[in-house]
Amino acid sequence: MLHQLSWKVGGQQGEGIESTGEIFSTAMNRLGYHLYGYRHFSSRIKGGHTNNKITVRPTPVQVIADDLDILVAFDQETIDVNYHELTASSIILADAKFNPVNPEDSKAPLYAIGFTEIASELGTSLMKNMVAIGATAALLNLDEAVFQSVVDEIFGRKGEEVVAKNLEAIKRGRDEVVAQLGERVGAWALAPADGKRRMFMIGNDAVALGALAAGSRFMAAYPITPASEIMEYMIKKLPLVGGAVIQTEDEIAAATMAIGANFGGVRAFTASAGPGLSLMMEAIGLSGMTEQPLVIIDTQRGGPSTGLPTKQEQSDLMAMVYGTHGEIPKVVIAPSNGEEAFYDTIQAFNIAEELQLPVIILTDLQLSLGKQTVEPFDYSKIDIRRGKIVDSVEDEETKEYFKRFEVTEDGVSPRVLPGLKGGIHHVTGVEHDEQGKPSEATGNRRAQMDKRFRKLEHLRFEKPVHVNAPHDEADVLLVGFNSTRGTIEEAMVQLEADGLKVNHAHVRLMFPFPADEMRALVDRAKHVVVVENNATGQLANMLKMNVGGHGKIKNVLKYDGTPFLPRELAGLVKESI
Amino acid sequence: MATFKDFRNAVKPNWCPGCGDFSVQAAIQRAAANVGYEPNELAVISGIGCSGRISGYINSYGFHGIHGRALPIAQGLKMANKDLKVIASGGDGDGFAIGMGHTIHAIRRNIDITYVVMDNQIYGLTKGQTSPRSAAGFVTKSTPGGAIEPSLKPLEVALTAGATFVAQGFSTDIKELTALIEAGLNHKGFSFINVFSPCVTYNKVNTYDWFKENLTKLADIEGYDPHNREQAMQTVMQHEGLVTGLIYHDTETTSYQDKIQGYSELPLTDIDISLQEDQFEALVKEFM
Repeated sequence: MLHQLSWKVGGQQGEGIESTGEIFSTAMNRLGYHLYGYRHFSSRIKGGHTNNKITVRPTPVQVIADDLDILVAFDQETIDVNYHELTASSIILADAKFNPVNPEDSKAPLYAIGFTEIASELGTSLMKNMVAIGATAALLNLDEAVFQSVVDEIFGRKGEEVVAKNLEAIKRGRDEVVAQLGERVGAWALAPADGKRRMFMIGNDAVALGALAAGSRFMAAYPITPASEIMEYMIKKLPLVGGAVIQTEDEIAAATMAIGANFGGVRAFTASAGPGLSLMMEAIGLSGMTEQPLVIIDTQRGGPSTGLPTKQEQSDLMAMVYGTHGEIPKVVIAPSNGEEAFYDTIQAFNIAEELQLPVIILTDLQLSLGKQTVEPFDYSKIDIRRGKIVDSVEDEETKEYFKRFEVTEDGVSPRVLPGLKGGIHHVTGVEHDEQGKPSEATGNRRAQMDKRFRKLEHLRFEKPVHVNAPHDEADVLLVGFNSTRGTIEEAMVQLEADGLKVNHAHVRLMFPFPADEMRALVDRAKHVVVVENNATGQLANMLKMNVGGHGKIKNVLKYDGTPFLPRELAGLVKESI
Repeated sequence: MATFKDFRNAVKPNWCPGCGDFSVQAAIQRAAANVGYEPNELAVISGIGCSGRISGYINSYGFHGIHGRALPIAQGLKMANKDLKVIASGGDGDGFAIGMGHTIHAIRRNIDITYVVMDNQIYGLTKGQTSPRSAAGFVTKSTPGGAIEPSLKPLEVALTAGATFVAQGFSTDIKELTALIEAGLNHKGFSFINVFSPCVTYNKVNTYDWFKENLTKLADIEGYDPHNREQAMQTVMQHEGLVTGLIYHDTETTSYQDKIQGYSELPLTDIDISLQEDQFEALVKEFM
């Protein structure tokens, strides 16, 4: 009985590799297993190697495994590119059609199965992915019935015959492996799961559902990898609640349109990645200066410029924290998994309206596109707080402008929405007085700047740092943000097994930086190792700026487009100290 | 009912004496009163430049945004609250240089707002550089040897982009301009109104007198039919864009907002934004 299975399917992009992974993992999720997936793909529609690597456990998991137990290959390239991840207890299942060759130094045996041949016998080679799923099922000792509900959902509308054919393909794949492997079948069977139904989603889904639950009813966005799924979800769901999405001409329009809608009083947002965020920078400044709420999702990918558009990276941090010219108050939140992505998105909309400023939700490609098991979201935890919206004024007939930028103790001014009688005021990106009239007076400038920054002192954000610090005095404090959390947790276990005392801090609020929380942890560690998917150590630099500890802060950096793996990370941490 | 005086505020414009923009401001105020708006029902969204200051000079909700982005802000606002009357406004640099992409797409999209461009063929606020509307040969600080790019033709661009309402006015003729803006405000869709609004400080070529000599009123052209796009295009081309009046009006095409499936009848600002529990649970189940 295995307690973890690492499974990968690979082939040419556009060949159904996605759906193979999708059907297998959805079925496993429904059995109550926890899954965490990683997609390797390229910026093209058809062709090029793609693979989907999935970790399956009966217990919670948020890590891509070091090794691979089962490799399902639809072409030779899949074997050549991935066999180094295999061990002596692994296996390769390859489509017999391409006459697969097992490399000489491969540790795992290769079995050629007639994925295409069996599928063609059943009527169409398109079903080769179902045969491959059946082959996998044999190794895991799973009955084809496990896939029934998933197959029903996907093919149900095409009729009973298609459903039956697909189930037959699964069965035939299973039978073929049983025949070839004999006694070894079932050697990869997993310890049983609890059978509980959980969500299985990508981070982009969690963000989008969060926006919907937060009451966002308008989105303006421009397609970009790896953010587009957020817009696509909103396009599907917003019409059900009266809202709308506009696919704009560019990201500048997306951000400024969202600002216009927020000015009107609707919770509006946009989502993009690095190149789009670069274009939005002036608009982010406008939101800060005019105190209009704005939520922006930045799904980080490999930069700079077009960079590595389909690869993991965490290199937008400094740009998001310090970006836009001039100085504005801004909040930057970095969830690390699907659950946080959902609840943090709701909080982002609350903070944006309560403090009347731009809030950026920073994710990374692995979180945005990696599919993971998530405990069902809790309706009772959804709260909507809209801040100081005023729905009536004392003197409706007044000719005076409403003091939309009134200098208040907490820096937040009462906000009227356009349309209200007696609430007329002016909004401008030019420095302005309390009524929004342009003003260059020095005293007013100081009062308005101070007022805007005062708002940050009133930020309420639960758990700005996720802390797992079992040691009062640690040898190493590991620090990270976004999707590296599970990998750091796993590396921590390995390092502890090697005798090191390890604490872990995962920063969730990137700005305003939680300096006090971090200082307390940094002070209790001999070494501080900051783990980041970028080349310059952006989080480490933020830590140095805000907390100090220059002498003991070390970098572990990876910027080749792939996420850290636990064993690799543990090794790099040891090297760094 | 509000009169044009109710759309005045106490702010003194910082435009040069004699600037064409004063008349555009007055025409917008009159048109808003004539179509029966109350000041609190109107929002004026403007860009950056001399003309961009207009949102602060009209007693209505106002948003003075960033250079070239008045249109997306205005469209977002209208999407949020379709009961608001929204006017976007700015100069030729704002709308035809830095914001040209938005102009074409706003025209094409056809959200129910009115866009008034104060076209002076020059960059005024930055003290006299060429604009996309400057004629070839036009001498400015940035084109000391005369502009070598041809002038952009906004009316032709609008007509080819699928405009449902195109008009052009001259700031001196407040009566005609007011009527055009009124018609734009009453139009169900995107109304594009270009206004020749002379810069008395930096443009010594396209002066009030120059326009008076060169402009033709469409009303004076016998048989001109503003519902005929082909005729509109031909006439505009024949007169090299130097016409005033209602150029094209499509009264049949419905606005963008009327075409969105599922879009709330009530303004989005007025709907309950909380999801019902069963609605939420159904969304969660889709991922299980």
